[in-house]
Amino acid sequence: MSVLFSHYNYWVVIVLMMIGFYIVIAQGNLVKKLIGLNIFQTSVFILYISAGKVSGGTAPILADGITLYSNPLPHVLILTAIVVGIATTALGLSLIIRIRDTYGSVEEQDVRAAEGNRKQESC
Amino acid sequence: MSPLEIISAVLLAIGSFLVLSGAIGLLRFPDVYSRMHAAGITDTLGAVAILLGLMFLAGWTLVLAKLIMILLFLLLTGPTASHTLGKAAWKSGLQPLTDGREPAGDSGKGAE
Amino acid sequence: MELLLDISLLSMLVATAIGIAVSRDLLAAVMLSSIYGLLSANFFVTMDAVDVAFTEASVGAGISPLLMFATLAIVGRFERYPHQRALPALLLVVLTGAMLILATLDIPAFGDPNAPAQTHVAPRFINESGTEIGIPNMVTSVLASYRGFDTFGEVTVVFAAVVGVLALLGSSLPAAGRKLPDTLLQASNHRILRIVSKILVAPIMLFALYVQFHGDYGPGGGFQAGVIFAAAIIIYTMLFGLEAAMKVINVTVLRVLAAFGVLLYGSVGLVAMLNGKNFLDYDALAADPVHGQHYGIIVIELGVGITVAAVMMLIYFAFAGRLIDRSHKS
Repeated sequence: MSVLFSHYNYWVVIVLMMIGFYIVIAQGNLVKKLIGLNIFQTSVFILYISAGKVSGGTAPILADGITLYSNPLPHVLILTAIVVGIATTALGLSLIIRIRDTYGSVEEQDVRAAEGNRKQESC
Repeated sequence: MSPLEIISAVLLAIGSFLVLSGAIGLLRFPDVYSRMHAAGITDTLGAVAILLGLMFLAGWTLVLAKLIMILLFLLLTGPTASHTLGKAAWKSGLQPLTDGREPAGDSGKGAE
Repeated sequence: MELLLDISLLSMLVATAIGIAVSRDLLAAVMLSSIYGLLSANFFVTMDAVDVAFTEASVGAGISPLLMFATLAIVGRFERYPHQRALPALLLVVLTGAMLILATLDIPAFGDPNAPAQTHVAPRFINESGTEIGIPNMVTSVLASYRGFDTFGEVTVVFAAVVGVLALLGSSLPAAGRKLPDTLLQASNHRILRIVSKILVAPIMLFALYVQFHGDYGPGGGFQAGVIFAAAIIIYTMLFGLEAAMKVINVTVLRVLAAFGVLLYGSVGLVAMLNGKNFLDYDALAADPVHGQHYGIIVIELGVGITVAAVMMLIYFAFAGRLIDRSHKS
């Protein structure tokens, strides 16, 4: 029981990570894959932030009369990672738009089929 | 408990009840419009009661000013969001569930 | 009590993620991912990470779904095929998950003050930043000063990403002379929505400036402020049309600003070098090292804010321009 209470959020992180992983490998729509990657990414954020929490601590902003603070380092790493994450997501989305322009579809299967046709024609 | 704390506790309890009833309504009501009615209570009256309760706890501090600004922001955005949602639902052709009688006004249009 | 809050927030996160995985309507999936962002922001608040929560609320629940909606408007709303290889994928996922959960048993207990993560550099930041940097918000101290070089890298990555987006979609950026159809992206018959947003746009911008310059004392900083400022402009563009937005915003100037923020950040480092200290060592910026730190942090946060705001707007305009191109073709 004590293991449950001391580790439950790491397990939730893994469940979320696996849901994101499942979406990426099992679903063919490229936009959906990107949403799955975002879920995966957020689960890593939760892992870092959970590791920085100190029981009974407060937010790492200096104030009178407070001695115990949570760890500020993971907060810094994740804060910048979130903004970099949205920038790379935007890059992924614009790649998807270009794929749609080229192949007329954003489904992995259609793109593969079109690519196969193209190879046969060139042979 | 000081009188201020009692007032605040009552307001917080009212707010929590309204939010809970809104959530139940969102799950139980039959069509989009009545569900929106339930959700609307949550983000106007429920949130207002909770924020007022917090204001009584905050006293004359900077926190009070921030809570007032949050309140104003919520009162502007919440009803606007409900209005836009209702309009979108009506435009996409969703008819409100009625008991079959023809209402007095000129409704019945809008559905394709 | 806190435990109860954590557990309920985390279970709502899992439920939302499952909802996203099951839904074949991408519009619903994007809506759910916005809720997912908001829930994780709430979770970050309970974990004391207020700065992170702030960023996640503005990015995960705000800008990110917006860009996905713009993409869906171009590529279509529904998934065409059922899930492929669902069973093997599920097996693989469950197996990997089980092994990872076994591995977590070696991680120190959650919230343990003696865990290795808490005992190495963190005490230095917590105990010394007040006297060395002299500002209350430790996250800003670490972000802008102790790890200033790392943050410089992150800002460069954000800049590089927008270069990539413009290389892929840039031809459709709305230029000054191009005539744009004003009916598109313009909710002309939503009078209430337009009036309310018109009232709100200016306070949102003001709030962005507050977040930018108050980041030393409370939660906030350049990253959050940039995203919030861009959000105000994006709301305006969505409701009043690109043409109205182009009257106040010049895309070329935005491109220059995106680069200018990074250069401003880097030049602070160069000034420190010219004064005989290391790159980005703000002690060199004033006679009193604590003042120097403060000047350095204000300037580089400004650089971060300018770059992030310009990048977010450029990305949105690139997507919106692509939407308009499509409506011209069809």
